[in-house]
Amino acid sequence: MLKDITIGQFFPGNSLIHRLDSRFKIIMDIAYVVMLFLTSNYIGLAAAGLFMILIYVMSGVGLGLVFKSLRPIMPLIAITCILNLFFIKGDGEPLVNLWGFITIYTEGITTSVFMAVRIMFLIIGMSLLTYTTSPIALTDAIERLLSPLKKLHFPVHELAMMMTIALRFIPTLIEETDKIMAAQKARGANLDTGGLIKKAKALIPVLIPLFVSAFKRANELALAMECRCYRGGEGRTRMKQLHSGAKDYIALLIMALMIAELVLLNIYVPYLGIPYITP
Amino acid sequence: MSDIIKAENVIFEYPVLDDEGKEIARNRVLDDVSLSIPEGQFLAVLGHNGSGKSTLAKHFNGILLPESGKVTVDGIDTADEKRIYDIRQTVGMVFQNPDNQIVATIVEEDVAFALENLGVPPDEIRKRVDEALKTVDMYEYREHSPHQLSGGQKQRVAIAGIIAMRPRCIVLDEPTAMLDPKGRKEIMKTVKYLNREHGITAVLITHYMEEAAQADRVVVIDKGKILLDDVPKKIFSQVELLKSVGLDVPQTVELMYGLRKSGLDVPIDLLSEDECADYLFEMLSAGENGK
Repeated sequence: MLKDITIGQFFPGNSLIHRLDSRFKIIMDIAYVVMLFLTSNYIGLAAAGLFMILIYVMSGVGLGLVFKSLRPIMPLIAITCILNLFFIKGDGEPLVNLWGFITIYTEGITTSVFMAVRIMFLIIGMSLLTYTTSPIALTDAIERLLSPLKKLHFPVHELAMMMTIALRFIPTLIEETDKIMAAQKARGANLDTGGLIKKAKALIPVLIPLFVSAFKRANELALAMECRCYRGGEGRTRMKQLHSGAKDYIALLIMALMIAELVLLNIYVPYLGIPYITP
Repeated sequence: MSDIIKAENVIFEYPVLDDEGKEIARNRVLDDVSLSIPEGQFLAVLGHNGSGKSTLAKHFNGILLPESGKVTVDGIDTADEKRIYDIRQTVGMVFQNPDNQIVATIVEEDVAFALENLGVPPDEIRKRVDEALKTVDMYEYREHSPHQLSGGQKQRVAIAGIIAMRPRCIVLDEPTAMLDPKGRKEIMKTVKYLNREHGITAVLITHYMEEAAQADRVVVIDKGKILLDDVPKKIFSQVELLKSVGLDVPQTVELMYGLRKSGLDVPIDLLSEDECADYLFEMLSAGENGK
């Protein structure tokens, strides 16, 4: 069950997308989010979607994964849709009017569809960053991108180290959770049935041993790190250096053009007589 | 040869606290331990749980400091805070649980960890990481993630992470306790290889007799004191004494001890299975010829 989570997983490969500098990829990922939120009409959204699909095809990451990554956030999308559907008030007569207080307008429907598609594009697009970038390259890039903050005494290296260790221990702790759950089930714990509160309560005998063991692991890991002369980020070198080249700058330029295009669409679409939506 | 590690009259205790956090007694874990380990030796430290063997190991690279007495590594006092990284580079340490000593998500990144901490230039790190991985025979797994490996393989990665620092001594604190028999064999092979071929001093903390029997010298610890200190053959001949402190003897010695008790005149110090089997075969065929 826990092994199905694909968000944050890395799928090794050698495509152009895989080989881009991870620092640029993070910046472009942020730009992509900005781009999605700038768009205010279906044409722009479709353009962003096409752009995303194109990059997916280039990366060689299977599209089946895309839908797998969407599954856990389906409830979020559903809630957003429902809220938009009932709370957006339009100018004209409501399409549905139940007892005067439950009303659905055309604008509500269009907005909720627009929002749902946008959240989906957001998750799918952002997942691509972790699908195509190794965790090490990712934390390295974050450390480098945030390094100006060191001057403000922000613990940049420590943050990156914590992320590396967290990523390292996710599979270990997932395995351990499965083991503890099996052990508690063997003793008659009922983890799968009952309402939400009952289920949450049933997790306590799983979480307590998990926490105890995580602290033990942390203690031993700290000792092992000390034995390997760990003393913070000061004077540390890295085996793999990050290299940026022409391809990274070209990719960045394409991203900038995409944003420019969507901004232009925002301005001109209303005059083309195509349905226009302000989210 | 000179001593790489020297412990002189080491005493280590920790306070026993009552419910209110007041000290009611002191638990003495190491009681006046003196030990010198010459460079290049393969030493096994044997003792049952709670004998103080792991505590002793933690004194060898300054993780713990003695309450009284002194530990020196290559002539440097482990209490000298300014040189602690020299000490830890000279004496590397491998722990019991391989999962809890691997820091990075990729094998080669983990092996590079110590060198990155020491500020070694990137090209040199690459060279030494490849070397270390080849030494423990894990080179082809360099791009794997640790959780895809078996216990024995993970422990070999942990060893590679230590030897990449090029230490002169490696202390292994029960490195095989969590492994299956296959993993245990892999680790023993690696440790022996490092000791024989690379001249690295090896200190193996263990409670497996078969492992201790492969060392050059065995130190038996009981209740924080050194009970025996000799070559394996001499140690394991003292079957009664070992049993009295809750330790076993290798199965071959157990067999010979049994034969001896029942009146046969056999030597007791045959430590390897081959040696023992050969001897028994000789004895039996000689008996048949004599008929």
